[in-house]
Amino acid sequence: MALFQISEPDRSPLPHSKRRAVGIDLGTTNSLVATVRDGVAVVLRDDAGRPLVPSVVRYGEHAIEVGYDALAQAADDPHNTIASAKRLMGRGLADVASDQRRAYRFVDGEGVIRIATRSGAKTPIEVSAEILKTLRARAEASLGGAIDGAVVTVPAYFDDAQRQATKDAATLAGVPVLRLLNEPTAAAIAYGLDNAAEGTYAVFDLGGGTFDISILRLTRGVFEVLATNGDSALGGDDFDHAIVDWVRNESRLPMLSAADARRLTAKAREAKELLTQHDAAPIIVSFADGARLELTLSRETFGRLAQPLVAKTLVPVSRALRDARLTASDVNGVVLVGGATRMPQIRRAVADCFGQAPLTDLDPDEVVALGAAIQANKLVGNREGDDWLLLDVIPLSLGIETMGGLVEKIVPRNSTIPVVRAQDFTTFKDGQAAMALHVLQGEREKVADCRSLARFELRGLPPMTAGAARIRVSFDVDADGLLSVSAREQTTGVEASIAVKPSYGLTDAEIARMLQDSFAHASDDASARALAETRVEAERMVAATKSALAADAALLAPQERNAIDHALAEVQQRLGGEDRDALSAAVSALNAATEGFAAERMDRSVAHALAGKRVDAFDSR
Amino acid sequence: MIDFSRNHFDLLGLRPGFRVDAEALERAYRDLQRSVHPDNFARASDAQKRLALQASARANEAYRTLRDPVARAEYVLALRGVDAASESDTRLPVDFLTRQLERREAAEEAKDAHDDRALGALIDDARREAADACDAVARLLDASDPATSMRVREWRFLVKLADDLDALRDAQT
Repeated sequence: MALFQISEPDRSPLPHSKRRAVGIDLGTTNSLVATVRDGVAVVLRDDAGRPLVPSVVRYGEHAIEVGYDALAQAADDPHNTIASAKRLMGRGLADVASDQRRAYRFVDGEGVIRIATRSGAKTPIEVSAEILKTLRARAEASLGGAIDGAVVTVPAYFDDAQRQATKDAATLAGVPVLRLLNEPTAAAIAYGLDNAAEGTYAVFDLGGGTFDISILRLTRGVFEVLATNGDSALGGDDFDHAIVDWVRNESRLPMLSAADARRLTAKAREAKELLTQHDAAPIIVSFADGARLELTLSRETFGRLAQPLVAKTLVPVSRALRDARLTASDVNGVVLVGGATRMPQIRRAVADCFGQAPLTDLDPDEVVALGAAIQANKLVGNREGDDWLLLDVIPLSLGIETMGGLVEKIVPRNSTIPVVRAQDFTTFKDGQAAMALHVLQGEREKVADCRSLARFELRGLPPMTAGAARIRVSFDVDADGLLSVSAREQTTGVEASIAVKPSYGLTDAEIARMLQDSFAHASDDASARALAETRVEAERMVAATKSALAADAALLAPQERNAIDHALAEVQQRLGGEDRDALSAAVSALNAATEGFAAERMDRSVAHALAGKRVDAFDSR
Repeated sequence: MIDFSRNHFDLLGLRPGFRVDAEALERAYRDLQRSVHPDNFARASDAQKRLALQASARANEAYRTLRDPVARAEYVLALRGVDAASESDTRLPVDFLTRQLERREAAEEAKDAHDDRALGALIDDARREAADACDAVARLLDASDPATSMRVREWRFLVKLADDLDALRDAQT
């Protein structure tokens, strides 16, 4: 007779059971999900063995389709089938390129973009959330349960609005994000840890819709990004469009319907991919009205079409090198990432620029997801002896609008994150009672040339003469590269009370409403889901507190210890119940009770670091 | 609590002063980040996450300041109660400014004439003069000379000028 093991309720039966961690590459053209299995990063495949999920979402008559199924319908149902939504993330209607403008029916309006579909107006955030849901489902099926933590990658050159939009999409999809990771950095992790490399590396990442160049230094397990640059609106798609424009010119095509344009673009992409291996590629398109188009694109002609786009990638390369205070010859290796780097024109240009053949041992489509999985595995606490550290940067300067429509930079580009920086401003009119703050991102001096991130107001300033007030504006950029801004009048202590209103994003209230809506449409019960999420959070908090106590209980006075034990017991007791609000309150109380303890532990670890000792026992997990 | 009022040298366990061992600085910074970086606290309590963010940002600020020689010189002066980086005090000797103005004009002309060699020579010149300023500042700081501030301002000006000329050269290609 077998004896069943029954574990204590708050203990997992396996002392070191692995947490389910995934890396997600949410791409313009394709998306992937990967995990670390037996110490090796692997991409998770579908039943047919395919690693990629085409980043295409179709709002069908009866269901939402994602991936290959949606892609297959793109030409027949163009207005309800959204591709390359990533190019619209964190953007306004004015930013949409003309070719994409023709592709969909956009809803007029300020702020975040909305596309009219048969299921109603959809933001790019919601479209991306559908792709993330598909990846989440794939991961859950493969790993056998809910995901404990995910690292989602973003182009290094994504600005704050684009990053926030990505994080919001993950929230909508129920993906628990541990970190947003820059795509080239993810690739460097996948390469660096594989090859135990040391030195200076350039990662050249040309994806479907975005281009990044990052310069990193790898030394003794530290990945330090020295500089990053790029173009968040340049990618493989643009090479397809160049071919489409050429075809239109050559064949004097009339205005095409959305469906025919999709057909032509798909054929242009096929031709581009064929030219990687062949000297010529046919472009044969059958249009809806029965007309047929037949052309041959030679590698030479394509080279000519591609040239301006290839040249466009080299400008950010030289800027990144200059910011890193390096020259091309200082670079020990160049890593190619992204499907578009398969083009021989790109490979040749990169080799010429750096004077060496680029590294291509890892699949350029998969390398980002693999690196993200390695990082997720580390963040979630599945330590497997890897003791490396990642130091990344923000790609674009952050600043504030000052008099005359100029931007005062507060955090310069390529600052290592996290970063906290403050600057003082003053009033320009006597008795000025309020101050409008306009937060911007970009390198140019004029407000009109930078990206507007948010506006908010500091109200209730006491009457003072012009120039007397001292308003300290503080910019906090966290490890995800996300910005929060606060303002405070120094002499009176008046603080900005208005939450940041994103210029091209969703407010917290809108996200909450969308989540509610999605629950209402699905069979999912909102309150059950909310309770489950609070439980996960509570369990995480209990585990963190216990491990902290196990390591450092000696730092606590009996009274403090008592308070923590009490709060801990309260959470554990509430975990058994069904009352979400009570559980949530107990978690908050435990958080508050451990605040002083956390500070002391942090202080101690700083002291140990300074003494030149690693404190391996200091582990928050 | 972490003492955020501690100066950058203290935070990194270095002896205060302009002459810093670059390798020791880098090592101290990395060791500090290894213990406080938010990546070590992805699943920790909110309080601990917040602290990690602050401590890591503080380490970045200290490293950024001490790594850049000009910023380091200004910081050492600030610790001695001299505000060399103040925006209200931009005094520079007239002959120094005239020389830099001439340099900038010469660079513009070289750029318009597509004379890359002349432009390169101007950049090298500015860099050399900046390096001289660095040596001079190091000596002045050792001697606690009251003229240090002015020399630091000149130095910052030269570094900025050389960077601008570099950008100018990049823009022509």
